[in-house]
Amino acid sequence: MNRWVEGLRQLRQYPSAVAGALIILFLIGLSIYTVIAIPYGQALERWRGGAYWERNPVNAEPIWLDRLTGGNLPKTFTVKPDPDTVASEAFPGGRRVTIPLDFSFDAGGFPSELNLFLDAEYDERAPFVRLTWHTPDGRSIPLGSHQVGHHDRIGLSRDWDLERRLGNVPHVGLFAGPDPAPDPQVLDGDYELTLDAILFEPDASLDANLVVYGQVHGLAGTDHQRRDLLLALLWGTPVALAFGLLATAGTTITTLVIAAVGVWYRGWVDAVIQRLTEVNMILPLLPILVMVGTLYSTSIWAMLGVVIALGIFSAGIKMYRAMLLPIREAPYIEAAQAYGASNARIILRYMIPRILPVMIPTFVTLIPTFVFLEASLALLGLGDPSLPTWGKILNDAQNQSALYHGFFYWVLEPAALLMLTGLGFAMLGFALDRVFNPRLRTQ
Amino acid sequence: MADDPLLSVDGLRLHYRARSGIVHAVDGVSFDVRRNEALVILGESGCGKSSLAKALLRVLPRNVQTFDGSIRVDGEETMGYAEERFRQEIRWQRIGLVMQAAMNALNPVVRVGEQVAEPLRVHLGWSRQRAQARAREVFDLVGVSQDFLERYPFELSGGMRQRVVLAMALIAEPDLVIMDEPTSALDVLTQASIMNRLKRIKRELGTSFILITHDVATSSEIADRVALMYAGQMVEISNAEHFFHDPAHPYAQALMASVPRLHQAERPEHIPGEPPSLADPPAGCRFAERCPKRFGRCAEAPDMLTVEHDRSVRCWLFRYGGNL
Repeated sequence: MNRWVEGLRQLRQYPSAVAGALIILFLIGLSIYTVIAIPYGQALERWRGGAYWERNPVNAEPIWLDRLTGGNLPKTFTVKPDPDTVASEAFPGGRRVTIPLDFSFDAGGFPSELNLFLDAEYDERAPFVRLTWHTPDGRSIPLGSHQVGHHDRIGLSRDWDLERRLGNVPHVGLFAGPDPAPDPQVLDGDYELTLDAILFEPDASLDANLVVYGQVHGLAGTDHQRRDLLLALLWGTPVALAFGLLATAGTTITTLVIAAVGVWYRGWVDAVIQRLTEVNMILPLLPILVMVGTLYSTSIWAMLGVVIALGIFSAGIKMYRAMLLPIREAPYIEAAQAYGASNARIILRYMIPRILPVMIPTFVTLIPTFVFLEASLALLGLGDPSLPTWGKILNDAQNQSALYHGFFYWVLEPAALLMLTGLGFAMLGFALDRVFNPRLRTQ
Repeated sequence: MADDPLLSVDGLRLHYRARSGIVHAVDGVSFDVRRNEALVILGESGCGKSSLAKALLRVLPRNVQTFDGSIRVDGEETMGYAEERFRQEIRWQRIGLVMQAAMNALNPVVRVGEQVAEPLRVHLGWSRQRAQARAREVFDLVGVSQDFLERYPFELSGGMRQRVVLAMALIAEPDLVIMDEPTSALDVLTQASIMNRLKRIKRELGTSFILITHDVATSSEIADRVALMYAGQMVEISNAEHFFHDPAHPYAQALMASVPRLHQAERPEHIPGEPPSLADPPAGCRFAERCPKRFGRCAEAPDMLTVEHDRSVRCWLFRYGGNL
């Protein structure tokens, strides 16, 4: 339709509208990418936590944050055995295997954790390993002996005995100089963890992976459960947009139709609608949602349903009614009646299209309101428990006292995305308001 | 059936509730419309002409107090029809309406071609293509280029819009089209051209028209018969020739005398006074107060008297043998 094309052309003259539209397009693009790259089921599965994240550091900040502030904190890396250097020596009743895990380390900070993952294959008698740590300055530190299960994780960082001997937590003590100091420095150079393993069966084998956890991780950092925040930030986008859009569409369209029905039929129909609206307007939305979340279900779809149900008879009805009343008396409505157009036709085709242009800016600016509402619910612990969303990240951060511990990124990342969403829709919405509501135009 | 008039109205009353009391906008109106006839309902502003048009199609406002009488279409009484039946059977298929302020009678957000075709799709369930094709024919009929089908109402001039509304009224080929002040807002040239179109449509399609107007000059071009309305009542119904050359009712005479004429020495006369309030009409003859021929009997309400073939007048004078 001409008016829409004309409106869009005018819209291009507002830089804020273009910027807002670009932000929205970016968010939509991000959503599409996310939904395709990480399928819904997979995202839910991963966000539940557990083994998938075991090689991620705990509470690591984003890499770019450290690099921007001139730091050189270590990233996480895994040391795997080099088949060429693995020595094997048979003896009666078994085999002795020496696996050197060597790596060089020269980061601007200590690792955050050390874990050795051992996978052994055997039938009855489990292999046995003795661990020795070699520092660049030639020291050898025995790290004790372990019987190895099929899948074992040896938490070197949690070896209290070792910690006492080193005078510091192992992932610091093992990378520092010989003397325990209150302010230890990283000793740069080549390190080696040597595994001396005894395999008691001819077919037995042993694979070892040393994970040196860093202090920085990826684009978004990790949380207290080693989960990559990027997953929740990415998946929060389609969830937020879908919630905002569905809630807005659900409330605006029903509100509009109900307002038009009231205006058209007048009399008691209108009176009932108006009284219902007035009662509904004084009902507090958030406490009702908290009640639903506490007593019934925190599923995001249940919340969406309640939000829409409570939004149907909202203040918008008053506004639309005021706009529709003069339209109802327009001659072309009477003409349509005279040629026998049905009531439904007059409402849907003659009355509602007249206020659509005025409604669109409202529609656009309403979307972030519902996005924020969803985030608020999640922050209050009423978010969908299984769904990774922005509000959920904030809720976790809140529960883990992120700001007290200095994990600012944990709070700022979802907050930034929320603000970006609000900003994008607001900028577009205000510009749309000027285009479709000429009285606001300043010339 | 075939001998019945196309439309026969008898004792039609439409009263509104208003702050000033009950407004007797249409107060016992009776008339017939024959097939292929143009009946002009002539009257000054506020005499109830538009209310009569709305009453005929039952497009009533909210504040209706009384709506009764008889409206027969082809001899069949329609007053008993339920709203839904009336909407589906009478409106547009039998009787089309061109509203007053027809220029604003188009939905501003729908293309005119679509609007004109809409009654066909609403009432007869025609496909879009078929209805559009028919709209094209009707546009030809009313003299609008087919290029305008794709335009929006605001892109059309007043005369064009008027024709589009006329096309809309004609599209279902109704037997009767009621036109309420169809040309009042247009310049004389456009008026004349639309009147010529109407005459042609009447001749070619055999459609009957009720033309409601205050404009004596325009109405004289097309009228077969004239019904003169005053203060909610018919005061004279005559065939056009008689009415324009030899008006019978004193109001009709005064009205004709007030029309300026070319090639005539006399100055146009004005009618002194104002029409009575419809909220409180006088008990006797409603024109009595302004009537130069008033006499004693005028304090009583006169009935419609048939004075000769094709002429009836609401005036006591004719009970006493005509012109005094």
